Parts: sequence; structure tokens; C-alpha cells
Amino acid sequence: MSYLTITELQKHYDSYHALRGINLSITEGEFVVFVGPSGCGKSTLLRTIAGLESSSEGSINLDNRDITELASSKRDLAMVFQSYALYPHMTVADNLSFALRLAKVPDSEIAEKVRSVSASLQLDPLLDRKPKELSGGQRQRVAIGRAIVRQPKVFLFDEPLSNLDAALRVQMRLELARLHKKLGTTMIYVTHDQVEAMTLADRVVILNAGQIEQVGTPLELYRQPNSRFVAEFIGTPKMNLLEVFDITRQDSQLSLDIGVGHINFPNNRINGPVPSSVKLGIRPEHMHLVEEGGDFSGKIELVEHLGSEAYTHIQLDNQQTIIVKAPARSNIQDGQLVQIKIDLDEVILFNDSDRVISKLAEDATND
Amino acid sequence: MKRTITRLLMAPSVILLLIWMIVPLSMTIYFSTIRFNLLYPGQNNFVGWMNFEFFITDPGFMPAVLNTLILLISVLIITVVLGVALSALIDKPFFGQGIVRVLLISPFFIMPTVNALIWKNMMMNPVYGVFAWISQSLGLEPIDWLSDFPLMSVIIMVSWQWLPFAILVFVTALQSQDTEQKEAAQMDGATGWHIFRYLTIPHLSRPIAVVVMIETIFLLAVFAEIFVSTGGGPGYDSTNLAYLIYNQALLQYDVGVASAGGLFAVILANIVAFFLIRAVGKNLTV
Repeated sequence: MSYLTITELQKHYDSYHALRGINLSITEGEFVVFVGPSGCGKSTLLRTIAGLESSSEGSINLDNRDITELASSKRDLAMVFQSYALYPHMTVADNLSFALRLAKVPDSEIAEKVRSVSASLQLDPLLDRKPKELSGGQRQRVAIGRAIVRQPKVFLFDEPLSNLDAALRVQMRLELARLHKKLGTTMIYVTHDQVEAMTLADRVVILNAGQIEQVGTPLELYRQPNSRFVAEFIGTPKMNLLEVFDITRQDSQLSLDIGVGHINFPNNRINGPVPSSVKLGIRPEHMHLVEEGGDFSGKIELVEHLGSEAYTHIQLDNQQTIIVKAPARSNIQDGQLVQIKIDLDEVILFNDSDRVISKLAEDATND
Repeated sequence: MKRTITRLLMAPSVILLLIWMIVPLSMTIYFSTIRFNLLYPGQNNFVGWMNFEFFITDPGFMPAVLNTLILLISVLIITVVLGVALSALIDKPFFGQGIVRVLLISPFFIMPTVNALIWKNMMMNPVYGVFAWISQSLGLEPIDWLSDFPLMSVIIMVSWQWLPFAILVFVTALQSQDTEQKEAAQMDGATGWHIFRYLTIPHLSRPIAVVVMIETIFLLAVFAEIFVSTGGGPGYDSTNLAYLIYNQALLQYDVGVASAGGLFAVILANIVAFFLIRAVGKNLTV
């Protein structure tokens, strides 16, 4: 059952069409992450849900209540801002209790709620401090605490970790995941960092140019993107795209001429009719450097050692460059000639308009 | 060793500043202890505290001290309260915001003498002033501002002159206010008034302290407005300390008493500064 439903949401700025018909339904308790490149409308969408921006068209429903025109304070939402937006002239305790005091909650109840939140976020020793006396991570926890104390129906996070250093970001990510498990409240989280999206989300919403590109679990998006945009957006380094110059039909498979070799792709993994021209997508981690018997060959241009693995940039015979993930100590040298073997099951095909036309290998066998 | 060199290198500027400050001060102190009247040249004998006695027992002294303080406090209150209110009002974008801002700030560019003349001749004149015209068109008796409410008239002129300064400082300060904080407060259920009360006012506390400090320095020495408009009168009703000192030195040619008055003004400024710093100065630390 849908808890938060967004229908045909449009947002126009003066000359800019920021949201172009967003439809989305979120179930209660779900952790949904909006992700996309900058300017894709993810923050605008979150702010429209929060009521900080008004929508031009469409409706937002929360828990069977139309909140489209409601003031943000009446929507039963709490938001954690990128800059934390703590009130600088108030102590941590006052920051936590501000909303409750405005709502004229009795003092004893406020004290009780603040105490339980501060205990759960380990804020007790900080309650009398002002925000400027706190570290980044502590401010972050206060901002989260300020949201929790109101017990909202939905938490909104606007790139909450982007101001933290790398180590703290990983730690806070974990704390957020724990928090969601503990509270079980619906959370909507905006980020441009796909690692945050993949690790935190129950479902990821990928936005592009004001439209939803795809919605799915992190694994679905990784394995079954429905467009070139999603395929390239998810995964680091990004998916390699190979030009297919010619398609030859054989009995149960297609022979794809990629200029430096041929790839045989099973017919039954193609959705619908075979188009006249396709592109072939393959992730760096689904190709392997082999001594012999590879699908095609190339020359190593550059190796990036990451310690746990190495990214090898390979120039193919037709001047195209691809990236292949190799084991860390594979003893490869720049300029070396290598053979590349691909995992056929992980190959994805795109048509001319960059939509995916292939199915997963395990789905194909059921045909 | 290193310390000595540092001090040596700093010495010229420190000494210059000291001379700059000490020579006029000691000359004032010296003049205040001798008979120094330009009408009786050559009779510059030592008189001790007599000049101070003359100044303090002058019938204009108590009114002048009171007028100085009333003028200072009234103008501070008017400029800070109206300044905060107007700045908050024009902070949100609206059509013609730029022009409104320029208009609000422009009185600051008008020199005090001209300011006083404008108010005296064009606004407050009982026969052809704007205020008189308004009173008359409402069927009321025109008010002769400068003779009936002399100090109030000066307060209005000086406030008009200094309000733009306050607005300039507050508008700039408001622009640095964090919008996410306001949005967070909005989501927390705060109304516009709550945001103003709990976020904007605390945010402005430091600019307010700055405005109060700077205005105090200038308002203790208001002179041109009084000189041009009321001439300190009627009686001593709009005479402040600066004007009284001028009166002693240049109308009665008594440099000795004027110097004593000048020293008294320094003491008064220090007393005011002491209380001001205690009241608002804590906002300036950190």
C-alpha cells in the first residue's frame, strides 16, 4: 500500500522546467534515495515534498491526506539539511526542542523527548553547547536529532553527508542505516553519491533532467538498467560502450561485430524485434584479462592501482579505449598486449535511442 | 632580544600616535586651568578649577547634559528599531527593490547642514512647510516645530540622517543570514514572526552593537543640525554639550571655559561608553 504518492508533479521556474511529470509511490517504512547528476531536479523534488517549493501542477499525498498545498510545518515531515541549518544562537538542547516549544508541547513532555533522543544519539554531553562549538559529525547528529524528536511521518535528507570528510561519511552512513532499522520510519534521501544510494536504499530513484529515469532496488539498477543513462550512472568506473558495426543472425544467436572481434549473443535475451543497429554495454568488472582465448585484444595504455584492485585502461585495435577491472597484483605493465574475455551473461544491448533491449540471462532461459 | 627589536620597530608609529593624541589633550588641559579669554589678551594667569566651576555652574550646563543624553538615546532607539524593521521588510525580493534601497540609503549622503536646512525650511516651517500644509489640510493648527518642540525637531533630523546608516548595516547583515536555517525553522512550525524573533534578531545582535557604538561616537557631538536650525534655543531647550562649548569658545570668546567643557565632554563620553560596552559589547567578543 502506498504511503506517500506523488502524481504528475510539475515544477516550473521562470524559464526553467525543473520537474517534468514525476510519478512515484513510496510504501511506509521504506528508505528511498533520489540520485542523479547535479541539476537533475532531485533537490527540487525533495523540497517540493517538504513544501519549501510550491508545485506548479500535480499532487502529493501522504498517509491518505492531500498535502500538495499544505504549509511545510503542517505536513508532518522533518528535514535534515545539507548545511545542518542548526540555530546558531541556541544550545543543542534548545535546537532539539524548538519545534516542540513552538507547538506548545508541555515542558515535562519536551524534556522527556529531548532526553530520549539525546541518549540515543549520544548527545548528552553536548546539550549545553552552541552549534559552533561542535564538530561536523556532532552537528550532523544534532540535525538528525532535531528531526527525530518531532516523530514525523517521513524524514527528508538533503545531501546530509556531503559536508563531512570521507571517514566520517562512511561512519555516518552506517549510523543512518542503523537509525532507519531502529525507527522504521519512511526516509527519503537525496544524494549525488551513488555509493550512498546503493548502500542505504531499499529503492533508488534515478532522476535525469527533471524526470524519473528508473526506480528499483540497487541490485536491479545495477543488473537491469533500462537505459544507457542508468547503466552509465551506476557503477564505478562506468560501463564500457562498444560500437556494433554489423549484426549477423545465426540460428539461436546474433553475431555482433564490434570491430575488433565478434560476440555471440543469444537471441532469446532480446526483448522484441532485433533492431538494425545496437550498442553493446559491458561493465569493467565483467571483463577479464587472459593469456589466450579472449574475445578480443588490446594494448594496455595505463594502469590505475587502487590497492584492492587495478583499473586498466586498454586501447583496442580500432583506437577505442575501454576500462577493465583487474586483480590488484596481476603484474601487468603499460604497453603490454592483452586478451580480453567478457562475461557474456552480463552484456547489455542498447538500441539507437539508448534504451536497453536485452534481458537478464536467467530470465531468458525461462522462455 | 627579538622583543626589543619588535618594540623598536613599532616605536615610531606608536610615538607618532601618542603625540597626535597627547599634544591636543594636554593643551586642552593646560587651557582649562588658565584664564584664557580672547577679549582680554595677555592675562593668562593660572586659575585652578575656576573654569570648571564656571562651566558646571553655567545655567546651560544641566540642560545641555540632559539634552545630549536624550538626543543620543532617542536617536539610537529610533534608528535601531526602525532600521531593523525596515531592513527586514525590504529583505525579501519585490518589484523595485533596488530603487527602494537606494532611496532608503540616500539621506546618508546629504550633509548635516543641508539636512537641517531641508527640515527647517521645507518640512517644519510653520507657514509653508510640508507638515504645516498637512495640518492645515486636516483643518488643524500648524505646529511651529522649531520653537515649540526644538529638541524633538533635532531628534527627527538626526534620526533621518542616521537611519540609512543603520539600514545599510542591517540589510547587509540580513543577506548573510542562512536561508536553510529559515527553512528549517519553517519546517519546525515557526511563523514569520517566530523566525524574526528567534533567528533574525539574534543574527542581528552583533550588527546592532556595531551600529549603536558607531552612532554613539557621532551623536555625542551633534552640532551642525542644532547650529543651522534652532541655534540651541529657545533658551537652552535644544543646546547639547557640543553646542554649549561652541557657545563658550566662540560667542563668549572664553577658551578656558570651553576647554574645561571639552574635558567634561570627554568624561561624559567615557561614562556613556562604559555602560554601552557593558550592555552591547559582549556581542562583539569572539
